[in-house]
Amino acid sequence: MNDGSLSYRPINLGRWIIWGGTLVLFIVLPLIFKQGFARTLLAQMGILIIFALSYNMLLGQTGMLSFGHAVYSGLGAYFAIHTLNLIGAHQVVFPVSLVPLVGAVFGMVFGVVFGYPTTQKSGTPFAMITLGIGELVFACSLMFPGFFGGEGGISGNRTVGGNFLGIKGLNFGPDVQVYYLIAFWCFVSMIAMYAWTQTPLGRIANAVRDNPERVEFIGYNTQRVRWLVLILSSFFAGLAGGLSAINFEIVTAENVSALRSGGVLLAAFIGGMLFFFGPIVGAVVFSFFAIALSDITKAWQLYLGAFFVLLVMYAPGGLSSLILMNLRVMSFGKMKRLRDPYLGVALAGLTLLVGVVLLIELTYHLTLEAGGASTITMFGFPLDAHGRETWTFVIAMLAGGGLAFEYMRRRFKQEWDAIHVEIEDWARENPEQA
Amino acid sequence: MTPELALISALNGISYGLLLFMLASGLTLIFSMMGVLNFAHASFYMLGAYFGYQIAKWIGFWPALVVAPLLAGALGALVERFGLRRVHKWGHVPELLFTFGLSFIIVELVQVIWGRPPVPNDLPPELQGHLFTIYTTTFPISRGFIMLVAVLMMVALWLVLTRTRIGLVIQAALTHPDQVEALGHNVRRVFMLVFGGGCALAGLAGVIGGVVFVTEPSMAAVAGAIIFVVIVVGGMGSLAGAFVASILIGVIQTFGLALDYSLAGILRGIGVEVTPSTFGYAVWKLTIAQVAPVLPFLLLVLILIVRPRGLMGTREG
Repeated sequence: MNDGSLSYRPINLGRWIIWGGTLVLFIVLPLIFKQGFARTLLAQMGILIIFALSYNMLLGQTGMLSFGHAVYSGLGAYFAIHTLNLIGAHQVVFPVSLVPLVGAVFGMVFGVVFGYPTTQKSGTPFAMITLGIGELVFACSLMFPGFFGGEGGISGNRTVGGNFLGIKGLNFGPDVQVYYLIAFWCFVSMIAMYAWTQTPLGRIANAVRDNPERVEFIGYNTQRVRWLVLILSSFFAGLAGGLSAINFEIVTAENVSALRSGGVLLAAFIGGMLFFFGPIVGAVVFSFFAIALSDITKAWQLYLGAFFVLLVMYAPGGLSSLILMNLRVMSFGKMKRLRDPYLGVALAGLTLLVGVVLLIELTYHLTLEAGGASTITMFGFPLDAHGRETWTFVIAMLAGGGLAFEYMRRRFKQEWDAIHVEIEDWARENPEQA
Repeated sequence: MTPELALISALNGISYGLLLFMLASGLTLIFSMMGVLNFAHASFYMLGAYFGYQIAKWIGFWPALVVAPLLAGALGALVERFGLRRVHKWGHVPELLFTFGLSFIIVELVQVIWGRPPVPNDLPPELQGHLFTIYTTTFPISRGFIMLVAVLMMVALWLVLTRTRIGLVIQAALTHPDQVEALGHNVRRVFMLVFGGGCALAGLAGVIGGVVFVTEPSMAAVAGAIIFVVIVVGGMGSLAGAFVASILIGVIQTFGLALDYSLAGILRGIGVEVTPSTFGYAVWKLTIAQVAPVLPFLLLVLILIVRPRGLMGTREG
């Protein structure tokens, strides 16, 4: 870049290493984690990664906050499961491994149809219209039981296609085969969506996000750009929906619900929408919350919501921005100074967290099992939900943890801010190295 | 449709619409003033219902009618002071996301405290029974009470906004917040008051809605989607528009539920043969009553195509 001209090689060594590493990880993971639970988790993570990345095409790349993205994935899933059933009834001949594409194409078709009225607007009105469309489709799902299957949904069978390429035993029945199918589509879509960010449309989408007025002035139709992005995004959302139809072998109205739309928004935001890999991190974390934590506690959505709100308040860039900021501190060799503040925040935060978790779980226990057993086991200790000692302990943890956390947080913030000011100053003085 | 059914549906529709307006007015005020679409607005409606239920159990319904909205309002003010204000500097999308996350938390907290099934939130004895009889159908006192409270609230809101000092400051801050701040008014505190006030109005609607309808954790999601439709159809930021749209949607939904016509019936009426084997029979056979839940959202899409700034809105987007 020193000669003043831009050099750009899209396929370079760094990318070979990153994408190659991802591919190896995708292949190796189910070999390391052999339990059924871990493989279910991995399969759902793969689906959610595609869905969250497609959502981030809207929110992160184009600045469109959608509350109805599940419409495209859910409708895609319905078409995929109907295709599966048609294959089973021998009415069409189509390989099961390509059924996700059916979901994707129909997701895209609905992207064209619903996208036109919704993308007329941007910002808050867009968000509300997507919410309205989402409710519309959800309400329709109960009106047309023939297509949507009413309350019970539509179920299918993923092994109907017989053996893949004639290989014996490879009929997508076992979990691990479905995982590899999902991993394949996940990897392909990741590359496709990343490549999309580098295309002219991807770049102009960023411009529409940052300064729509100026984009209009250089001669682009921002509404057209938003529409195109929505169509592409709904393609990948439909692909994710098609994969979930194959994975679960059932599609219910919940697939198009506002809950699902909210979930993908949470996943993408938790990971961070400023970087391409953010939603991938978010999808992994969200799956842990939704699958691992939901096994342990019924209040998992409360923890997820609280985690989300804390991120919005203190780290609007999501987990990926936190990771990158810490890496920056590390690369400047200043991490040593943060060690003690980090330790303090972690200890105080843990105390507070234990207090909050105990408070929530004990209250929930009292509400749900009023009149039932009053003893529950928390963190390995039996606790009496009616006992005076229990509540004294909880209140002590809350008060002590709260005070200590606030003190430690301020100390940490002081040091953190100081370090970043130093880094900024250094970058200003040495612009050629920064 | 008999005149009896039409009259009773109209009355029910108007009372439902007025309840919607109690919700939508606060949302519109908050939106037009702070630019924040409060996603958690319907959650405060639900909180009002649950607070009302709990307080009514302790000290009776009538004190609860006053205390519960005040509690919801105070909670709203705290949310603005310690949550929204912090997020404000990052722009409107994080603000919207903050209230979205908040709606998540509130519904979960309600389930932690009061459980998942509906709570037995009964009408107080004074509101049981019926007000008058039209032909043979009775009109319950509770519905009339909704209308009364909503109209009183409207008058009070109008008086506060146009006849008091704080109301004038609020109106000025709607369009020129910087100017108002330069004149020495504490605009941030006004924001907090408006947010708290809007939540208190939602809470008031919740106390009444809770006893007349069902008090359950899903009431926030149901009401939330509808009031968003109301403020878009009415025109973002227009109180008068919100009023018209509330009544319109209330009436449409109530009438929709009462009408048992379908396209198939109409086609048969004009002599077109429609049987289960006709193409698209699933659509033809739907009655208006079955379509009723979708009507508000269809209206939303229609309005956006025909008149994007809403019925009485002055600005687009």
